[in-house]
Parts: sequence; C-alpha cells; structure tokens
Amino acid sequence: MTSITPQRQIPASKRVLLMATCLCDAFFDSAAKATVEILESVGCEVLFPDGQTCCGQPAFNAGDWVASRKVIRHFAKVFAGNEPIVVPSGSCAAMIFHGALLAFENESDKATIQALANRTWELTDYLVNGLGIKEWKGIFPHRVAFHRSCHTRGTGSADAAQQLLQSIRNLDLLTVGEAEQCCGFGGTFSVSFPVLSQKIGELKLQHLTENKPDYLASLDLGCGIHIGGLLAKQASSLQVLHVAQILRDAQLNNQRFITQ
Amino acid sequence: MKTFQQIDIATQELDPEVRASVYKTGKLKIETRQKVLARDFGSRTDKIRETAGLIKQHTLEHLDQYLEQAERVLIKNGVKVHFAADAKRANDIVFDIMRCNNATKVVKSKSMVSEEIGLVPYLESNGMEAVETDLGEFIIQIDDDHPSHIVSPIIHKNRRQIAKSFEREGLGDYNDDPSVITRRARKHLRNKFMLADVGITGANLVSAESGRIVLLTNEGNARFSMAPARIHIAIVGVEKLVPRDRDLAVFLNILTRSSTGQQLTVYTEFICGPRNPGQKNGPEQMHVIFLDNKRTEVLASECREILRCIRCGACLNVCPVYRQAGGHAYRSVYPGPLGAVLSPLLAGEQFPQLADLPKASSLCGACHEVCPVNIPIPDLLLRLRNKGKEMGVAHAQKGTPDMTAWSLLATHPTAWNTALQLGHAMNYTPESILNSIPSASAWLSSRSLPEFRGGQFRKWMKKRK
Repeated sequence: MTSITPQRQIPASKRVLLMATCLCDAFFDSAAKATVEILESVGCEVLFPDGQTCCGQPAFNAGDWVASRKVIRHFAKVFAGNEPIVVPSGSCAAMIFHGALLAFENESDKATIQALANRTWELTDYLVNGLGIKEWKGIFPHRVAFHRSCHTRGTGSADAAQQLLQSIRNLDLLTVGEAEQCCGFGGTFSVSFPVLSQKIGELKLQHLTENKPDYLASLDLGCGIHIGGLLAKQASSLQVLHVAQILRDAQLNNQRFITQ
Repeated sequence: MKTFQQIDIATQELDPEVRASVYKTGKLKIETRQKVLARDFGSRTDKIRETAGLIKQHTLEHLDQYLEQAERVLIKNGVKVHFAADAKRANDIVFDIMRCNNATKVVKSKSMVSEEIGLVPYLESNGMEAVETDLGEFIIQIDDDHPSHIVSPIIHKNRRQIAKSFEREGLGDYNDDPSVITRRARKHLRNKFMLADVGITGANLVSAESGRIVLLTNEGNARFSMAPARIHIAIVGVEKLVPRDRDLAVFLNILTRSSTGQQLTVYTEFICGPRNPGQKNGPEQMHVIFLDNKRTEVLASECREILRCIRCGACLNVCPVYRQAGGHAYRSVYPGPLGAVLSPLLAGEQFPQLADLPKASSLCGACHEVCPVNIPIPDLLLRLRNKGKEMGVAHAQKGTPDMTAWSLLATHPTAWNTALQLGHAMNYTPESILNSIPSASAWLSSRSLPEFRGGQFRKWMKKRK
C-alpha cells in the first residue's frame, strides 16, 4: 500500500507530548496509563497537555469539515512545540497526519497543520520506527489475536506492533483470516448504518476468534469498543486489550519472573 | 433494528443466499488477485500501481491534447470519430449510424458505458434488435434485471434462478448444469452474431498514439461481434485514453490480475480501424464515440482521481460494505467504493439523490490498497461527504449525530472536562432511556457500552506529577 505517513524526522529528544484520545479519556483509562508507563520505561519524558480534547475525526468523517477544522485548530494550539506527539491510536494519529491535511488543503493556515502532521506518531510506530526499538523484553504467556485496524493502513504501525508482540516471550501471536477486513466500526458509520456495521463486525469476530485466543489486541480502541461491545452482547468474556496494555503487562511479568 | 439509511435497509432486506454468493465470489477473487500479484510482481506491485495511477493522472491532466491526438490518428486509420456530450447524444449517434446504413440488428459486448447511457433499452424502444452477448449480461437482459457488479454482472444470481429463466425463455427444459446453460446460450447467440449488422463494444483502453482500442473478454464475444457485422461501433468514455502503446503494457499487466486474478483475459483484442482492402473479414465501417456525460465536470472537481478507474472491480470485491449490501443497494450503474464516488458525480444536478452513497463506508481503505491505479477512494468519499453537508442534503445526514455541540465541547477544555464528569450518569442510566436517543439505540441494538470512566486517566496523571 502507498504510504500515507509524512516525512518525519527521527526525534533527537525523548520528551514527548501524549495525546490520550477521547476514547481513553472517557472509557479506556487503563490503555492510556499503560501508554505512559511503557513510554517512561524506554526513557521518555511524557508530557500531557491539559487542554487536549479530541483529534477532530468525528466531525471530519461526518462531513462537517467546518466543525472539524475548529477542533483541529484547537489541537494545534494545545500541542504547539517541537516535541513528537504520540498517540495510542492509529486512527487519531492518521487523522492528524493525513485527514487534517485534507481538511486544510484550501485553508491559509495549512502550513501549521502540516508541521503538526510531521510530528505526529502512533505509539508503536514511534517505538519501533522513531526510537528504533526492535524487540520487547517481557513475558506474556497467552494466545493473542491481533486486529489490524484499518487506519494503520499505509503506515508502519501494524508491522511495528506485530514485531513487538512477536518478540515477547511465550506470547502466541495467532493467524487471523482476512486480516485486511474492517471490523465495521467506522465512527459515526456504526450508528448511521447499524445493520452493515453489525454484519461486518460479526464476520470480523468469527475471524478473530477462530484460533481460540485468550485476548484480542488492537492499536485502536474505536475498533475495541465495537468488537468489545459485540462480544459483551454475546455474553462472551473475551477481552480486547490495547497493544500498550500487553507491552506493559509483559514487562511486569518479566520483572516478577526476575525477582522470583 | 433502527435503520436510517437506504443502503442499510437494503442490506437488512437482502436475501442471505445472495449475500453469501457475493461474499464468496469477492473473497475468492481478492485472494486470487493477491496470490498472482505476489507471485508475478512481489514487492514491485505497489510501484506498478503507483505508475499506472501516474500515467492515468497525467493523461487526465492533458486530456484535451490526447483527445485531439487520438481523433487525428483514428481518422487516419479510417475510423469515423464522434463526440457525445451526454447519454442522449451518444444513443442518437448510434441510432443515426444504424438508420443511415439500413441496419436493424445489433450484437453488443459487455460495456459499463452502454449501461450508463441505457443504450439497449433505447435501441429496443426505437425498433432495433439489440442483444447482449456476454453470458452474464445476456442473463441480465432476459431477466430485465440490472448488473450488480461491474465485472461479474450476475454475482447476485445462482444457477437455479438462471436455469428457470432459460426455461421461461424457451431455451430448453430446466437444467441448472452451468455447462448446459453456457452451451444453450452459445447456440442461441451464435445465430444472433451471424445475422447482426452492427457490433457494439466499449473499450478497456485506447492509445492516443496509435488509436489502438483494447478490448478484454473471456468469452470471445467482442471478437465474434466484429466478424460477420458490417459496422463496429465502440463507445468510449473519454477517460479511457492512455498516451502511448507502451503504456498499454502497464495496464494489461495490472488490470486482469486485479480483476479476476488472471494474467491476461482469454481474448485480448487490439483494434486499429475497419477492415482494410487486403482483409477478408471484419467490419467495413468503424465508429468511435467519445462520451463525456459529465466526465469533464468530474475532471474539474476535487474528485478527479476517480477518472483514473479502469473498472477492474477489485474495490467491490474487497469492500466489506459491498460484500454485505450487494451491488443493487447502490441504486446506480456503478456500485461499490468506485460507484460511491463516481455515481453521485455523474448524476450532476441529481447529486443530492445519491449523496448518501459516500456515507456508506467505514472508510477502511481496503479499496485504496487494492486499486490498480492507486485512487485514494476514502479521501474522495470524505470530500463528497463534505460536499453533501455543505449542500444540506438531509437524507444523507440521517443517523449522523450533529457535530455542533461536540465541536463546541472539543474546543473548550473546561466544558470538555465537565462533560467527562457528567458522563458517569451514563453508567446508571437504564438502557430503555438510552434507547430514546436514536444513535444510542442504534449502537445498543447489537453492542453494549463499556463502563464510562471519564476523567480517571487525567486524575491518575495529575497524581504522578
């Protein structure tokens, strides 16, 4: 696939600005905490700009680009600076380095948004391609099915995440059929086209659970809230974790193992 | 279940057997495509897709120049060249050619552009006999149906339905063996080929350098339609041009591999002009009708990349929405991701009627990934959503939550944080009350919501400082 990531400089400093995403703000604090912990474990100083809200994607995808641009401008103001912006979501990261550029192609402050795009990284892309971490020290003795979320297409993220997961001791990374297929979330699509969204989601779930995983993993909790919601409705106890949670837990397991 | 949009309703109503057939065919074609491209081109595949896209984009940006060049060389080759601004004009040109030559019988090859202009019904209503000769299109014609896929028009039918149609049309007793069905169609169509005055085709590609028209078929019907007929008419969308003969190779390498996973179609025709004095067979006259039909408007729009499309159908085959909804759900000649962009644009002033099509996508990008000419389809869908919103097309907005309040919150951090606190009420709200909010009920129809934990992360982060 043709790359959609901008030309980014490999950052010199390990100071990063964390964009936690609105889904972590509202539902998945555990994923955001894990993100902070693993970034710090590799020597990053994590700053959390307080004024942050959302990346602007809901309105952008809904076709309301006027509303979306307002939110993106707010984002640009809150995340001003030179530090890399690290996002534990392929979708929100792609919104800033790809979607926002579309929304601003005819705007006078396009250059500001381009500069923002050039500093924005999805978490595992930053770890592997930004910091050069090629393997993850840890133990995670479970079967994991990785959902390759769609908005990491054309970026280094899915490969980066799989590389890290694969390097974890005792982690059994399962094969997933039709890995290129969407889970059916699509933001507002999931509520304006509920029948399509459900049917696509149930098919995805079949593929993800085919090889009997202990956990599902994703870089996107948008997919997570949809897949997890379908699972819960089916009274399944299978959990969807953010990749960051697995990386963090693998580290903790490793420390326990060493101290024992 | 709560549904808002026409495509969602069509999906709910689609016969599960049809859905299964569309899914199975799409999946098989995509898997074959992937295997063949990996085997033949490996990691160069994306480079070829990008190159093909650049050639097409270049041609589109110099379309006036390449059209003139093609016209000159086609005339030199002995072809009569016509330009049709719209569907009606194209149909009239065909009719006039037939009338001037006392022709009444047409055999037609598969061509999406002829579907677009409604050629067959037009000719039939004007007293001509027009027969579809592609097997799938022939079945569509006898059933008075519409294609639901641009390459596999009867992807929505099974052999039992086809056997019944053949029985009804007096083509033999009920028999659903595909080889029997094919033999019967072949026998029936052979007579039509032999008696036809005119063969009508589309064109997969046209070289502006030589005027060569490339026709790809697996059944040989395009070739056959040019054997006994006196007149060959090719109806060609203006976007089918490529600059040079050598460019044809790029597209021949990628088109069928993307479409059916074949290295080449069974028949590949390069047509330069009518029969020359030394040739025994072939049409005495050849006409090329270049069709605009809103294409120059698309060229002037922010979605011009869609004109690169070479109609391989890969985006339909891979699309999770198309696989569930089927082609007819798109209410237009071109379904799937390509159609969700092209159809509303070709509708011109009727754009609002189809403004819901660009919304019927999770923006997953699988279409972009497989596109042989690298069209960024999700970007174009997004531009059209913005256009629909700006035009205030109400039905396209159905089910989409209003973003005004959200954008207000998302630009005021204090209000945002308050909302994160207030949101906890959600955890105690009975589902029956949540269901009174349309988008909440749409969500809850098949999914539950996780516990709301607004502000928890911020609290934790503050404590660490």
